[in-house]
Amino acid sequence: MSTHAPAAHGHPHAEAAEIHEQRALGFWLYLMGDAVIFALLFMTYGIMVGNTAGGPTGKQLFDLNNAAVETALLLSSSITFGFATLAARQMSRQAALAWLAVTFVLGAGFIFLEVREFVGLIRAGAGPDRSGFLSAFFTLVGTHGTHVSFGLVWIVILGAQIAIKGLTLPVTSRLYRLGLFWHFLDIAWVGIFSVVYLPGLL
Amino acid sequence: MFGRLTIEALPLYSAIAAGGAAVTVGGALLVAIVITWLKGWKYLWTEWLTSVDHKRIGIMYIVLALIMLLRGFVDAIMMRAQQAVALNSGGYLPPEHFDQIFSSHGTIMIFFMAMPFMTGLLNIAVPLQIGTRDVAFPFLNSLSLWLSAAGAGLVMVSLVIGKFSTAGWTGYPPYSGIAYSPGVGVDYWIWALLISGVGSTLSGINFLVTILKRRAPGMTLMRMPPFTWTAFCASLLMAFAFPALTVACLLLALDRLLGMHFFTNELGGNMMNYVNLFWIWGHPEVYILILPAFGVFSEVVATFCRKRLFGYESLVYATMAIGILSFTVWLHHFFTMGSSANVNAFFGVTTMIIAVPTGVKVFNWLLTMYRGRITFHPSMLWTVGFIVTFVIGGMTGVLLAMPPVDFLLHNTTFLVAHFHNMIIPGVLFGYLAGYMYWFPKAFGFKMNESWGKAAFWFWIVGFYLAFMPLYVLGLMGMPRRMEQYNDPSWQPWLVAASMGAVLILIGIACLVMQLVASIRDRKQAADLTGDPYDGATLEWATASPPPPYNFALLPEVRDREPLRDMKERGVSGAPAGTYQDIEIPMNSPVGVILGGLAFVLGFAVVWYIWWLAIVCGLAMWAVLIWRASDDHTDIILTAAEVEHMERARYRALEAARTAGRA
Repeated sequence: MSTHAPAAHGHPHAEAAEIHEQRALGFWLYLMGDAVIFALLFMTYGIMVGNTAGGPTGKQLFDLNNAAVETALLLSSSITFGFATLAARQMSRQAALAWLAVTFVLGAGFIFLEVREFVGLIRAGAGPDRSGFLSAFFTLVGTHGTHVSFGLVWIVILGAQIAIKGLTLPVTSRLYRLGLFWHFLDIAWVGIFSVVYLPGLL
Repeated sequence: MFGRLTIEALPLYSAIAAGGAAVTVGGALLVAIVITWLKGWKYLWTEWLTSVDHKRIGIMYIVLALIMLLRGFVDAIMMRAQQAVALNSGGYLPPEHFDQIFSSHGTIMIFFMAMPFMTGLLNIAVPLQIGTRDVAFPFLNSLSLWLSAAGAGLVMVSLVIGKFSTAGWTGYPPYSGIAYSPGVGVDYWIWALLISGVGSTLSGINFLVTILKRRAPGMTLMRMPPFTWTAFCASLLMAFAFPALTVACLLLALDRLLGMHFFTNELGGNMMNYVNLFWIWGHPEVYILILPAFGVFSEVVATFCRKRLFGYESLVYATMAIGILSFTVWLHHFFTMGSSANVNAFFGVTTMIIAVPTGVKVFNWLLTMYRGRITFHPSMLWTVGFIVTFVIGGMTGVLLAMPPVDFLLHNTTFLVAHFHNMIIPGVLFGYLAGYMYWFPKAFGFKMNESWGKAAFWFWIVGFYLAFMPLYVLGLMGMPRRMEQYNDPSWQPWLVAASMGAVLILIGIACLVMQLVASIRDRKQAADLTGDPYDGATLEWATASPPPPYNFALLPEVRDREPLRDMKERGVSGAPAGTYQDIEIPMNSPVGVILGGLAFVLGFAVVWYIWWLAIVCGLAMWAVLIWRASDDHTDIILTAAEVEHMERARYRALEAARTAGRA
């Protein structure tokens, strides 16, 4: 058995494209499974939104301005990610890195606001152990936030890969999947904004 | 430093628990000593533990399943023995211990016996059946295996360090909440399920992509073998039902660890939500387990009746119909929870509807057997035994589907009898049939049939003796999970049931003997053709065991029974054409390392050893990032190497043919 790297032999481009197509499909399926997780957390929130157990309600706790700024940050980070993808497609390494950096900053801003909101709530005695409603709120929004944080780590890793390896086929294929992940989190956030914050305040 | 882990965690509270722990530790030590004595560690590590080859991963899954079958069965026979003697007395097991045993029995049999067995069969057969060289994501496959093993490891460790859950295999709150179960048992249960559940989700995705994207040229969806179809449907359910289990367990963990109130009695908790979440996974899970077994039966019936499967298309549609309907019946697990009559009626009706496609399949098998030339290979015996027994279980299921009847029988031993009546023939018999059917493919020699047949007879007679009395007891009003009782009219039935468990024990002993005898006689039973049953599907078109690349030249499919078609066209011998370089995935230690870290992570969280949990979490991230940055995960087998391996195979085959003629 020889242990040459495949690149040395140069397998046909079509075969490599097929592998990345399989990975894309696999990633789509993972996202669908993740969507099931979010759907069930939304359902749980819907069941528990009224279970405030004498504690504070959403109307007393939520700040629409904060949620609106979070939304703006996350949605614009999706646009900037799109620019990064376009730059990668044009094989422009510097532009791709720059747009990824902007995306990272916007995403980090989102996480900063979310953490600040959470810390404020916990300090005000409205932590996740206060009531079933708050457990569901922290878990749903926190699960989304955890996903965004993983996305940020992933952006750093992929940025490093682009910087070190350049825009090779494996790297761009990973960038494509990270893009799916990042845009998916936007959709989940739109759900959170419409199901949690808006009805909570109106 | 060690969280809540102290010397008190050792199972010295009862002689039986200490004995169980000693057997577990002793068994592990014995295996380690034997491997060391044989100087097998290096071989085991390089050829097996780090392997990403789907055939080897499949074998390792089944080894795990068989070990856990033994453990789960020990639990079962202990329960039967307890109930046989516990009339007006405490029997030999204290309640606290008895409750751990029924909890671990269910958990082990579903998650760590049936799931690995099923995934193992998928791994061995599906890529070969669709004529591909490996699954879509070989490394992920190895990771799934080791996550399952990590979960199984946590359950086994709970036998030695601390106690297991006493909340049953379903872990219903509020009892499983921190207020009523403050110990480590429920945490062991949660983390074993969470870790292995991630593995199952990944397996589902892996096989979906494999089946959708990697079929041999010409194999359209409607030419896929029935086992591959059922594997596809089960993978679909795994990918989309397991997230519900993850949510249920995670929310329970948040309640327990962070004091949240999802399922607690106070401050707005809603434990009924847990029951819904659990069974939104739990009912599809039944079909995740049972559909691949149906696939095995379909393959076995067609092969050993020497006929094309009757009504292939109806079987495929029935499979997919079951897959979809399986998401619409979950509420029948808790009719008594207090939903309105209309809600209960809806789920009662859907439950009866799902019996229809299952009935279609029974007719598929029966009509395939009709006027077939039946060979009673052990796999065929399991199949026939399944059909008869499963129909009885199905009928008791339709009884339970009626909410008024269910109100009477809920949580009685009638229910216990019903689901064992579905799962033992419908799942276990199917997997054992598949195990004996594909064993020659995996190892290159046939299994001993006499011991296999003996195992079948002891299992099926033992099954009836063990579970028919439970139907009667259920109708007499005996609740499930009783550690002791004071109704003398129950005892004769419970004694009979325990005798059934003894027969099953003999059946298991026969399975062990079969394995021993088969390995002893492997030379005489060698199968060089790779096609011991004159099969019709592609897994029989390659060598046994198959080479790392499965097929030197990818087969071209023109028929639903591709190999039979190739035989009829006379193109099934030595392949025409020239060999090419083949890229195969390189073995990787990352899967087993991540599995090990997941195990330690789970253990650390169970015992609140937070520094260790953080270290493991960070280490897992580091390993994942390292792996994700590695672009050279394949190696090339050159055309010359492939030709060398293929030539050797055909030479051996030719020599055997000549010897046979002489």
